[in-house]
Amino acid sequence: MNYNLRIPEDLDKLADLKIGDILYVSGLLFTARDEAHQLMIEMHEKGEKLPFDPSKMVLYHCGPVVKKSDGKWEILAAGPTTSARMDLFEKEVIENFGVRFIVGKGGMGDRTAEALKRAKGIYATYTGGAGALAAKSFREVLNVYYLDELGSPEAIWIIRAENFGPLIVSIDPQGNNWNRISREKMERNKSMIFEKIEKS
Amino acid sequence: MEIHDRILEAIRLAETTIPDDVFKHIEMAWKNEENNVSKSQLSSILDNVKYARERKLPICQDTGTQTFFIDAGYDFPFKKELVEAIKISVERATNLYYIRPNAVDPFTGKNPGNNIGRFIPYINWYLRDGDDATVYVLPKGGGSENASALGMLKPGEGIKGMKKFVIESIIKAGANPCPPTILGIGIGGGSDLSMNLAKRALLRPLGRRHDEERVARLEEEILELANMTEVGTMGWGGKYSVLDVHIEYAYRHPASFPVGLVVQCWADRRAYIKIDSKGNVEVLQ
Repeated sequence: MNYNLRIPEDLDKLADLKIGDILYVSGLLFTARDEAHQLMIEMHEKGEKLPFDPSKMVLYHCGPVVKKSDGKWEILAAGPTTSARMDLFEKEVIENFGVRFIVGKGGMGDRTAEALKRAKGIYATYTGGAGALAAKSFREVLNVYYLDELGSPEAIWIIRAENFGPLIVSIDPQGNNWNRISREKMERNKSMIFEKIEKS
Repeated sequence: MEIHDRILEAIRLAETTIPDDVFKHIEMAWKNEENNVSKSQLSSILDNVKYARERKLPICQDTGTQTFFIDAGYDFPFKKELVEAIKISVERATNLYYIRPNAVDPFTGKNPGNNIGRFIPYINWYLRDGDDATVYVLPKGGGSENASALGMLKPGEGIKGMKKFVIESIIKAGANPCPPTILGIGIGGGSDLSMNLAKRALLRPLGRRHDEERVARLEEEILELANMTEVGTMGWGGKYSVLDVHIEYAYRHPASFPVGLVVQCWADRRAYIKIDSKGNVEVLQ
């Protein structure tokens, strides 16, 4: 199924999505990679408040190429980064900040999938490497946080998107995880390939 | 100075335009793929490549670690100037927003913001006869680099062990290195030489086989085996997990069988510069 979603207005609709569904998203995103995840968790532990509300936005695993001209930020390329690195932190970010909608690439592990199931949330992927095309749908940088501390790839960029997609649902709120399904298939293929190598 | 501008031009060319051989391989995969999700991903990849080329935008936001392989003659007169020009051009490319600041202090995580740091940009020399030089520009993305691996195999496992090591590694990496990937494999030497050969193997255009028949056959065999994994485009399954396999080799120690594997994402960005002994510079792809 194909869906056009507005974020934050349509966040409750995520509960009905299934793996393989195709999404186009308009609305609010914040970028966070390894360092931003760590920082968010540290702030939560210290009881400090974030300057934005992650529960009202898509969490996007991305470190964009950005350009500042006439005092305004422009996004030149902003495809997804490898989500698996964020498996270390994602459960805590989902639970502590109410994140329900994550976008990245490459898939995520079962620890993240279980946290998303409890939150009735999803993880969807955008085509890795398609940085220029992704940037086309990012219309405006609304804010940037921790730029000096973390540098531009790791900073948290708050972005307004228009029709960002196609995104493919890879973890759904029922806890189905394409990553696990495909890995089982690849393991079976591996046995077959190894047999072929032995016979060669 | 001309050499500075040409290196900057080569960096920009590599970051915004993928070589024709790569484009043709992706297009071939898109035409032949039967898995609908993977086919749609390949279609997005082609749209992205065309859009980036038209607008001179970075193909991917991960503009890579700035990596330069230099094949230079012993009598090439501009070695020092070339190294200085590479560093200045990398910093300029960063300031002009052609590349993302991607060099970080490993202890503090601090990003100086200019892509300059200890050993970075990475420059790797290979010296040979002659008085000219070729500089290969290979901005190498982090996601694919993370899938690279070194196997210090037992000589008794040999070539069969090498094949299993490669298949095991690309299945473990799954969708993470942005498949369909290109595999550079270095066999023999020691740990460092096998990895260096593996990365240098990526400089060869897709579709071009190794000069030696026995190595060329092995490249074709591994390509076929790799595409039986069904990793597929971005992990969605289908026929194309790997676009090509390039192997380089060195003689090994009797007790060692090193296998270096360097994985390159579909965005196999390359350009090269030829410089003659008079200082004439040409940018090519």
